[in-house]
Amino acid sequence: MNWPGELELLRGDFSRKRAGMLRHILSVLWKQGKDTLQNKEILIQFVMFPVITIIMENAIEIPGMPEHYFAMLFGAMYLGMAPLLCTSAILAEEKEKNTLRVLLMSNVRPGEYLAGVGIYVWCLCMAGAAVIGLAGGYRGSGFGNFMLIMGAGFLVSIIVGAAVGVFSRNQMMATSISMPVMLILSFLPMLAAFNESIAKLARITYSGQIHLLMGQVEKLHLSWGQTGILLLNLAAALLFFAAACRRSKRFAG
Amino acid sequence: MENRNGLAVQTAGLQHCYGQKRVLEDVSLQVKQGEIFGLLGPSGAGKTTLIKILTGQLKQESGTAEVFGKPSGKLTGQEHRDIGIMMDSFGLYERMNCIDNLKFFTMLSGIPKERGKDVLEKVGLWPARKTLVSRLSKGMRNRLLLARAFLGEPRLLFLDEPTSGLDPRTAAEIHELLLGERERGAAIFLTTHNMAEAGKLCDHVALLNEGRVVECGEPDEICRKYNHQKTLMLHLYNGRDLILGHDRSGLEEMMQYLERGELETIHSSEPDLETVFMELTGRGLN
Ligand SMILES: Nc1ncnc2c1ncn2[C@@H]1O[C@H](COP(=O)(O)OP(=O)(O)OP(=O)(O)O)[C@@H](O)[C@H]1O
Ligand SMILES: [Mg+2]
Repeated sequence: MNWPGELELLRGDFSRKRAGMLRHILSVLWKQGKDTLQNKEILIQFVMFPVITIIMENAIEIPGMPEHYFAMLFGAMYLGMAPLLCTSAILAEEKEKNTLRVLLMSNVRPGEYLAGVGIYVWCLCMAGAAVIGLAGGYRGSGFGNFMLIMGAGFLVSIIVGAAVGVFSRNQMMATSISMPVMLILSFLPMLAAFNESIAKLARITYSGQIHLLMGQVEKLHLSWGQTGILLLNLAAALLFFAAACRRSKRFAG
Repeated sequence: MENRNGLAVQTAGLQHCYGQKRVLEDVSLQVKQGEIFGLLGPSGAGKTTLIKILTGQLKQESGTAEVFGKPSGKLTGQEHRDIGIMMDSFGLYERMNCIDNLKFFTMLSGIPKERGKDVLEKVGLWPARKTLVSRLSKGMRNRLLLARAFLGEPRLLFLDEPTSGLDPRTAAEIHELLLGERERGAAIFLTTHNMAEAGKLCDHVALLNEGRVVECGEPDEICRKYNHQKTLMLHLYNGRDLILGHDRSGLEEMMQYLERGELETIHSSEPDLETVFMELTGRGLN
C-alpha cells in the first residue's frame, strides 16, 4: 500500500470537508443577511435600543446621575433581549416553515447552521452595542472593554436563544418561552438599583454581572468570583442547549 | 450509483402507522432508473407519507424502503445530492425572492450560480425572479419548488403533486420538463390526482387506496386488463350509436356499416384509469 499517497488522499478529503463546512456557514450567513433585511420584527430589536440610548443620553440630564447611566441600563436590556429573541425566532421559524429540513437534507450539519446563525446575530448585536457604547460616552480602552464584555454576554444570550429555538416547535412557542427568560435577564439588573435582594439575585445572572462590569470598564478587573459566575452562566446556557437538542432529537422536526 | 439491477427506488412490505392509524400497508413497488413512475390515489391514501419515508424524513414501521439500493434513512451526502425533492413540507424562504432562494442552495451545494437562472427559465419564472416568495401565487410557488428540485440535476426526483393548482397550459409545460428530465436519464417518482396526466406521462403507475397498492403496471396495460366488456362502439352518420361484441359476428356487422359508408367513428371501450380506479375502490380520485 502506498502510504504517503493514502495520507495525501486523506488530507484532501479533510480539507474538502473543511471547505464544505466553511461554504455552508458562509451560505447561511448570506441567507440570513438577505432574509433579515426584510424582517422588521427582527431588525427593530437592533435599532430600538441603540436609538433609545442616543435619545436618553442626549435628552435627559439628572444631577448626580452616574456616568454611562443610560448606556448601562439599555445595554443590559439589549443584551438580554435582542440576541435571545432573534436567535430563537430564526430557528423556530425555520422549523415551522420546514426550511431547516431542506438544509439538513442538503448536507448542512446542525452545528454549521447554528454557527452561521450565531455569527450573524452576534455581528448585528455588536453593531448595535457599538452605537450604544459611543452614545453612552465610552471612549478608548473603555470602549474596547465595553465591547469585549458585551461580546461575551451576547454569546451566552445567543446560546440561550438557540436552546429556546431548538426546543420550540414554532414561533409562537419560541416567543412565549423567550418572554419570561428575557424579562428576567433584562429587568433584574435595572430593578437591582431599588432592592437589595433583587440586587443579590441579579448578581448571579450574567446580564446582571455585565451590567455591573459596564460601570468599571475604565479599569476592568474581573475577580475570580465574577469570572466564576460568568462561566457558570455559560455552562448553564450550554446545558440548557444540550437538553433542548436532546429533547428534539429529530432536530428537523 | 444506482442499484445493480437498475432500480432507483424499491420498497417491499412497507408498513407505516401514525399512532393507531395504519397509513401504509404492505406496499411493494419498484421504480427503474430513467422512468416516470406515478403514484395515484385519493386524498389521504398515504402518498405523501410514502414520499416522506423514501426521502428519509420519516422512518417506516416495518418493511424495506430502498433508494439507489440503500435503506432510505441511511443515504450519504453524495446520494442526497442526487435526489431532488418537491413537496409542501420542503419550505422556501418567504422573505427572499425567487432567484435568491435558488442562489442560496447553489451556494450551499457548490453548484454553479448560473444553474439558478437556467432552472428559473425552464419553469418560466425568470420574469418573476425578483418577486418575494411570500407574494407568489400558488402555481408560481409550485414552479419555484420544482425549479429547486431540478437545481442539482438529480438522478432521482420525488415530486408530490407537481401540477396541482396549475392551469392546463402550464401543466403541459411542466410535463414537457419532466419528459426532458427523463430523457436525461433521471427517474421521477410523482404523485397526482390527475388520471389523464398519469396516463399520458407515466411509464408505470401504482394505484394506492387506503394505504394499499390495489393495482400496479403500465397505464395502458391496466386499462386493458379491466376491459371486461370487450366491445366496440360505433357512431354512424345518421347519429345512431351501436355497441357490438368483440367476436366474429360483431366484426362482420361493423364491416357492413363500413362498406355502406355509414360508419363515422369507432371507439374502443377500454376504460380509462379513472374508471378502473372507481371500479377498484368504489370511489373517485378527488
Ligand atoms: N403527521 C401526521 N400525524 C398523524 N396522521 C397523519 C400525519 N400525516 C398524515 N397523516 C394521516 O395519514 C394519512 C395519509 O396522509 P398523506 O398525507 O400521506 O395522504 P396523501 O395521499 O398525500 O393525501 P393528499 O392527496 O391529500 O395529499 C391521512 O389519513 C392523514 O390524516
Ligand atoms: Mg399528499
